Amino acid sequence: MFNRTAIAPLEYTRKLWMRSWVGLTMLFLYAPLIVLMIFSFNDSKRNVVWKGFTLKYYEKALNNDSLVEAMANSLTIAFFATIISLVIGTLAAVMLWRFRFPLKGLVEGTMSLPIIVPEICLGVAFLIFFAKIDWPTDLPWPLNLSAIIIAHITFCFPFVAMVVRARLASFNKEEEEAAKDLGATEWQAFRDVLLPHIKPSLVAGALLAFTLSLDDFVITFFTSGPDTITFPVKVYSMVRFSVTPEVNAASTILIILTVALTFIALKYQGVKGISDAH
Amino acid sequence: MSGPLQDWKSQRKPFAAVASAPVFWLALFFIAPMAIVWLYSFGQNAGPADIDISGTLDNYKRATEWLYLSIFLKSLAVAALTTGICLIIGFPVAMAITFAAPKWRPWLLLGIMLPFWTNLLIRTYALMALMGTNGYMNKGLGGLWEGASWLRTLVGMQPLEAWTPVQLLYNNFAVVLGLVYVHLPFMVLPLYSALDRLDKSLIEASLDLGAGHFKTFMQVVVPLAAPGIVAGVMITLIPALGAYLTPDLMGGTDSQMIANVIERQFKRANDWPFGAALSFLLIYAMFILIALQSMRSNKVKEPR
Repeated sequence: MFNRTAIAPLEYTRKLWMRSWVGLTMLFLYAPLIVLMIFSFNDSKRNVVWKGFTLKYYEKALNNDSLVEAMANSLTIAFFATIISLVIGTLAAVMLWRFRFPLKGLVEGTMSLPIIVPEICLGVAFLIFFAKIDWPTDLPWPLNLSAIIIAHITFCFPFVAMVVRARLASFNKEEEEAAKDLGATEWQAFRDVLLPHIKPSLVAGALLAFTLSLDDFVITFFTSGPDTITFPVKVYSMVRFSVTPEVNAASTILIILTVALTFIALKYQGVKGISDAH
Repeated sequence: MSGPLQDWKSQRKPFAAVASAPVFWLALFFIAPMAIVWLYSFGQNAGPADIDISGTLDNYKRATEWLYLSIFLKSLAVAALTTGICLIIGFPVAMAITFAAPKWRPWLLLGIMLPFWTNLLIRTYALMALMGTNGYMNKGLGGLWEGASWLRTLVGMQPLEAWTPVQLLYNNFAVVLGLVYVHLPFMVLPLYSALDRLDKSLIEASLDLGAGHFKTFMQVVVPLAAPGIVAGVMITLIPALGAYLTPDLMGGTDSQMIANVIERQFKRANDWPFGAALSFLLIYAMFILIALQSMRSNKVKEPR
């Protein structure tokens, strides 16, 4: 970083204004989050002056039953939505990659729509849909989350399909043919040849689906009932009506969870994988 | 090395095995809900929980009233402004990542991507905490103000009056800032992937042949990165146009965007047919944007 060779014409990153620009952008992106995390340990109701270290807001947040329940709901929804999205998304990717069938363009286009259609429109559509078909709302946990899970799968699985399909492009179909020539059934060839090849994309797709589901506010806001509050919906109402330091504590926990998940993804893909993936 | 596509007829069973679940899901849990919204947009309220789909166009007519039209145009303007600011901030960042030393590049990318993985609501809330009347942004501005005041006394002028915290939140400025904050990673990533693919010797050639950095940037880098710019603009503009959370939490009474109006029809005003019509108008607006983009990219491809 501090080598003294002259700056070559293309070493834009070594120019001072460029570095300050990147530095300021990073400051803009991270300062709010870091301040929030630091002040979650602050022993003061008004969040401005540092009054001393405390963990009491974490205790409060963890003893706040409705907050913990919302977090449990969010994680449960994300878990089921990820698993089902992974299955449906992988099947969709294999279908589009392997077969020629009538109306293929239409199916492909329709599948990318949940990604493009604004969240608010999808949320409204699910609100009307579940009201219209009288989806039961008084089911026992976790079945009462089914409406939200269904909504989440609809916008998660196209992302999984996209990631898996990108990986399938590098698969050598001859390998699968060789397996079948050697007596493997369709299912065995899929399980033992294709699946190991796409495994990294399955991990990436699962993490993407999990984060998207955990992150979603708008669609959940329209599909959730009074008994099915998720973490973002709960934080929203807390921010809306009374900001408490508990929200800082709960948010910090979720940020740390997200960072941990990202680093797990990195372990699978490698830091280099990030720059290659884009 | 992927072989030719197989015809579904020759492989009926495997095809059915992979196709049934995704197609079933899309039909039941995407097309059906959207179709119901579409039908509702041609209906009218016929009782407290009853909607009569009468084929009326009144909802669309009402949407063209100036009140709603102006909100639509305003949403478009806010989204365009957000996209423009993201492009201006994001382009140098994407350049810096592209030309960074290989060992720094993934970490810089990670730095851009990490906020993108963080919960949207938490990020909005964190920004709000910073922008409140007691927040750090106000304190920073107060510090600058006092500095200016001190400078004035230094040259013998009257000091400025004491700093009063300004209301940074709950106005249009806050909405644009919030949207930029949330969407910046969306812009940087496609820009980076376009710049990364760019043949760097072209830039060197331009510099060697006597063009300055600015001229090279405008006449070589920008045209070559055009697909990335278009992708970044689309990927920022579309979600910004449909943004709900940022204007709702950070905006004032006059900074509603179209998504807030749609939400109101469903949650408070209880006018579902009109909300359905507005939703579909928003979807049509997206389609027009995407059609414009694909027309543009076809035009670029043709001469080659």
